Amino acid sequence: MTKTVTDVVCPFCGTLCDDLEVSVTDDGKQILDVYNACAIGAEKFLHSQAKDRITRPRLQQPDGTWKEISYEEAADYTAKMLAGAKKPLMYGWSSTNCEAQSMGHEIAEMCCACVDNTAAVCHGTTLIAVQDIGLPTCTLGEVKNRADTIIFWGCNPCHAHPRHMSRYSIFPRGFFTGKGHKSRKLVVVDPRVTDTAKMADMHLQVTQGQDYELLNAFRVAFRNEWLPDVVAGIPKEKIIEAANIMKAGRFGIIFFGMGVTQSLGKNHNIDEAIAVTKDLNEYTKFSIMPMRGHYNVTGSGEVLAWQFGYPYSVDLTRGFPRYNPGDTSSIDLLTRGEIDAAFVIGSDPGAHFPISAVKQIAKVNSVCIDPHITPTSGVSKLHVPVAFVGVETGGNAYRMDNVPIDCRKVVDPPAGMLTDEEFLTMVRDRVKKLKGVA
Amino acid sequence: MAKITLNLISGRTISQGVAMEGGKEKDLYRKACGIIEMDDADFKKLGCWKNTNVRVTSPYGTVIVKAQETSQGPHPGVGFIPMGPWANQLVNPNTYSTGMPTFKGTPVEVEVAMDQPILLGVELVQKACRGEV
Ligand code: SF4
Repeated sequence: MTKTVTDVVCPFCGTLCDDLEVSVTDDGKQILDVYNACAIGAEKFLHSQAKDRITRPRLQQPDGTWKEISYEEAADYTAKMLAGAKKPLMYGWSSTNCEAQSMGHEIAEMCCACVDNTAAVCHGTTLIAVQDIGLPTCTLGEVKNRADTIIFWGCNPCHAHPRHMSRYSIFPRGFFTGKGHKSRKLVVVDPRVTDTAKMADMHLQVTQGQDYELLNAFRVAFRNEWLPDVVAGIPKEKIIEAANIMKAGRFGIIFFGMGVTQSLGKNHNIDEAIAVTKDLNEYTKFSIMPMRGHYNVTGSGEVLAWQFGYPYSVDLTRGFPRYNPGDTSSIDLLTRGEIDAAFVIGSDPGAHFPISAVKQIAKVNSVCIDPHITPTSGVSKLHVPVAFVGVETGGNAYRMDNVPIDCRKVVDPPAGMLTDEEFLTMVRDRVKKLKGVA
Repeated sequence: MAKITLNLISGRTISQGVAMEGGKEKDLYRKACGIIEMDDADFKKLGCWKNTNVRVTSPYGTVIVKAQETSQGPHPGVGFIPMGPWANQLVNPNTYSTGMPTFKGTPVEVEVAMDQPILLGVELVQKACRGEV
């Protein structure tokens, strides 16, 4: 016999779907199948059951082989590394729960560390723009029930947030959007004809890196002022047509992604996108929302902001929080060779940082906390495997629209494995002793 | 041998997401991310068959990947490598004081490298860190 766990939350992307069903064996030890999830979400649950999974901490030996050690020894190593370092970096946090983040920040404060999350490589520039000019936003529930004009700018939810469109933005029948996708207009702005673009009522194939120019042209078009014949590869007529679609809706929203945050212009692209939203509110109701990637990168920003005042790139080296992206942000700290110890949790900079930054992680003492074998664990001195948050332990996470959702535990982790929070608590207690904090 | 110049962008794909959860040390991850998606027109310019190994070089590094026909085109002049260690051998680490490297819009050169192997994800990063690639 099997039993089904309902209302399970998917711990992969910022859509944080909370309608999954998972069938498990009667003893609650093994996952048999996953329902309602997309391919990525299902793989996350099913792979947690892999037979070749690492279940104990491992120290990398000089010859590249690994030696298994106990969690106690691993906690000793981590605490000594962090307490002894001059400028440790504690990076990641986006694939773990808020409880673990909070515990990690306690350690960071005692060790005068730099704390940064994966916003550094996804929506960090968005956060800068929000601090510049604010963010007229809403929740995904409002999008589902009200939005009739959807803009996907530089994002490809078909691939990155596969159920976003079916749960919230395009297909669902909401209170004022009873006809589902028939009651919505979809405009996609992307330099490639992405699978999302193929579904659109209108696709603007912008020249890569010229989003700022196109956003600016929209602001001109709203005001019916003069436009050049072609802007960022898009003919004037098309820009005016798209501008009219945006003005004509009753409730519109711009979802934007890495296409705008990672291209040249960076935070200024987002400044302009927010300004477009502000302008549109002269004609109708419009909102804007970043498509956050990791399932709890938003939560990391929230916890950092309420504890230290800033959402990412927080530098505690002087004993109080400072924030200056470009100076206190991980990629810059690494490429300048400023840090002398790296602690990575709930993310994989080894795969997702430029290689010059990864080389620095490999050079210094490093600890990687991750259930998987990853490029980061591969170049770290110590790899601590932990239970999967949202699969083998619960905890809180924030959806991309800043709505907190409690994840559910579905099965037990393999015998003797710890969760992020449990391991960090062990490290915290040891750091306290080393630092003589009561 | 012909060389072509492309504007490189990286990003997510659903197979990248699935392979990542399936294990970054496995072959599936290499199949999902150790590729460059190119336009038909660019294949013609390069003068090679689809699914040939190519060397991609930027001012910041170099890597071997498999050249594949784009599934989300046409986008002549633009190359796409799914986000992951292969793309990150090439991207511009300069953050221009924002903390964010310039992941999209790196000028790269592509040339045929038929007999050179594409490394596995973890292996590639380890070797790059040891200065072996
Ligand atoms: S869309 Fe995102 S949160 Fe929803 S099931 Fe897929 S990966 Fe999980």
